[in-house]
Amino acid sequence: MFTVAKKEISTYFKSPIAYVLIGLFMLMISIMFYTPFSVGSGDFMPVLESMGFFLLFLVPIMTMRILAEDRKNGTEVLLLTSPTSLTNIVLGKFFAMYFVFLVITVLSMIYPIIIFAFGGVLTVQLVGGYIGFLLLGASFVAIGVFASALTENQVVAAIFSFVALLIMWMADAFSTQVGNSFIASVMGWISLLTRYNVFTNGILGLPEIAYFLLFTTLFIFLTIRVIERRRWVQG
Amino acid sequence: MIEIQNLTKKYGQIVAVNNISFNVNKGEIVGFLGPNGAGKSTTMNIITGYLPSTAGTVKVDGYDIMTHPSEVKKRIGYLPEAPPLYRDMTVTEYLKFVSNLNNVSKKNQKGQMADIMELVGLTDHRKRLIDNLSKGYRQRVGLAQALIGNPEVLILDEPTVGLDPKQIIEIRRVIKALSEERTIILSSHILTEVSAICERIVIINKGKIAAEDTPERLSQDLDKTLKLSLTIMGPKDNIIKTVKKIDGVKYMEAAGMVGEKSYKYILEGKNEKNDIREKLFYAMAENGWPVIEMKPSVMTLEDIFISVVTKGQEV
Repeated sequence: MFTVAKKEISTYFKSPIAYVLIGLFMLMISIMFYTPFSVGSGDFMPVLESMGFFLLFLVPIMTMRILAEDRKNGTEVLLLTSPTSLTNIVLGKFFAMYFVFLVITVLSMIYPIIIFAFGGVLTVQLVGGYIGFLLLGASFVAIGVFASALTENQVVAAIFSFVALLIMWMADAFSTQVGNSFIASVMGWISLLTRYNVFTNGILGLPEIAYFLLFTTLFIFLTIRVIERRRWVQG
Repeated sequence: MIEIQNLTKKYGQIVAVNNISFNVNKGEIVGFLGPNGAGKSTTMNIITGYLPSTAGTVKVDGYDIMTHPSEVKKRIGYLPEAPPLYRDMTVTEYLKFVSNLNNVSKKNQKGQMADIMELVGLTDHRKRLIDNLSKGYRQRVGLAQALIGNPEVLILDEPTVGLDPKQIIEIRRVIKALSEERTIILSSHILTEVSAICERIVIINKGKIAAEDTPERLSQDLDKTLKLSLTIMGPKDNIIKTVKKIDGVKYMEAAGMVGEKSYKYILEGKNEKNDIREKLFYAMAENGWPVIEMKPSVMTLEDIFISVVTKGQEV
C-alpha cells in the first residue's frame, strides 16, 4: 500500500499536473480571499465554503488518471500479478490522491494565518470547517478514484466524477424544491453539502463524521469490486 | 511445477481457451507456439493470475491460483506482451518500485537490481528515463521486471517481438542463461525462436493444444515420408517411367525445368527403412542420365507448424 502510494505521489509531483492544479486552486481562493478582506472583513468562512465548491472541479481532474491510466498503458498487469493485494493497491492509490489533496489544504491555510497575523481570532467555525473540509475531500477523492476505475478513458472518468459530485452537491438544492417529502428527504440525505454545512456552522457532528467516513469506505470498496468484476467479464 | 488442467476461458460467447491441459516440470523451458489469436496470451494471463479462468485449474508449485493467488504470484515473474512500464520513471526507479511491490527486502534490493541489470544489459542505462529508451531496451526493462524477486517460474509472452536481429540473439542468450535455474514458459509465433531455446513445444491453435513434444521429435514424426528432391539431366517422360519401376518408390513427378536439358523432380519413398537413393543412382547411370542434385527434403518446424495448424482448422 505504501509502495503504491509513494510511487503515485512522486508521479504527481514529477508531472506538471499537480502544480497546475495547486496553482489554479490557490489562484481561485486568493481571489475569493481578496474580495471580503479588501472591504475590511476578517471572516474566512465564505472562502472555506467556496473551497468546497472548487473541489468539484479540482478532484475529478486530479483523480482521473489514477486507475484509468494503468489500464490504458497495460501497467495494470504489473500491479495485479504482483503479490501485493488489490485492496492494498487501491488503498495506496486513494491515499496518494488524498495526500495531494492534503497538500492543497495545508497551502490554503496561509490565508487564515494571515488573518491571525492581523488580529483575527480562531473560531470554532473555522476549526470545524477545516475538519469538515478534510472529510469532504476524502469522500470526493473516493468518488474520483471510483470513476477512474470505471473506464480507461481519463476524460470520461473526469466527466463522470464531476457529474457525480455535482449531483451530490446540488442534491440539497433539489430537496427543497421537490414537493414529495420522501424524495426530498432522500436527496437531503445524500447531499454532501448539507453535512458539510454542519461543520462550517461549528458543530462537530458525530453522525456527520461517520457519514463521510462510511461514504469514503463505500466508494473504495466499490472501486475494488469494480476492478475485480472487470477481470471476470472483460473480453 | 506448473500443472494446468482442463483450462477453459470464455469471453462471452467466444471460447478463447478450450479445455487445455499440460504440465511443465521444474527446470524445464517450454515453448508455447501458435498463430495470433490462438489463446497464448490468455493462457498466460490466467497462469499469472491476471485473468480468472472460466473452468479448470492452474497450480504452481502445488498452489492453486484461485485459492492461493499471492503464493502463486510470489513465484511467478511475468513479462506480458506489452511490457508494463511507467514511462515517467527511470530504469532504477521503476525496478525499485517493482521490488517493493514484490516485497523484496530493502537489504537485498540494491544487489538484486544490480545483478539483474547486469544480466539483461541495462547497467549503462539505469539512470535513463524509460520513455527515452528504444524499444529493445524497453523490452529488456520488461524482462528485468519479471526477474525481480527471483521467481522460480518465468512466463514470457513474446519476449523478442519487435526487436532487431542482434537484440533477439541477445535476449535469447539471456533467456537461455536464466533457464538453468528456472522453469520458463515462453510464447512465440516464431518457430526458429522456440526451437532454438525450448526443450519442449506446445502448439496451440484456436484455443486447443494441437501438438506437444520436443522440437526433434516433432520434426521426426513428419519426416517419415521420405521425400527427395532431384535434378536430373535427360528426357523427362523416360526418366519418370524408369524411376517408377524402382522398388520402393511411391510417386514421382516433375516440378519444372532447370536449364536446357534438366528437370527438377519430387520423389517420395514408400517407407523410411527402404533407402532408394542408391538404386536410383545406378538406374540413372545405366541410362546415361546424370543426377545433378539429390537431397532429402526434411520438414522444417515451419512445415510442421503449418500442417498442424491447418489440420486443426479442418476439424
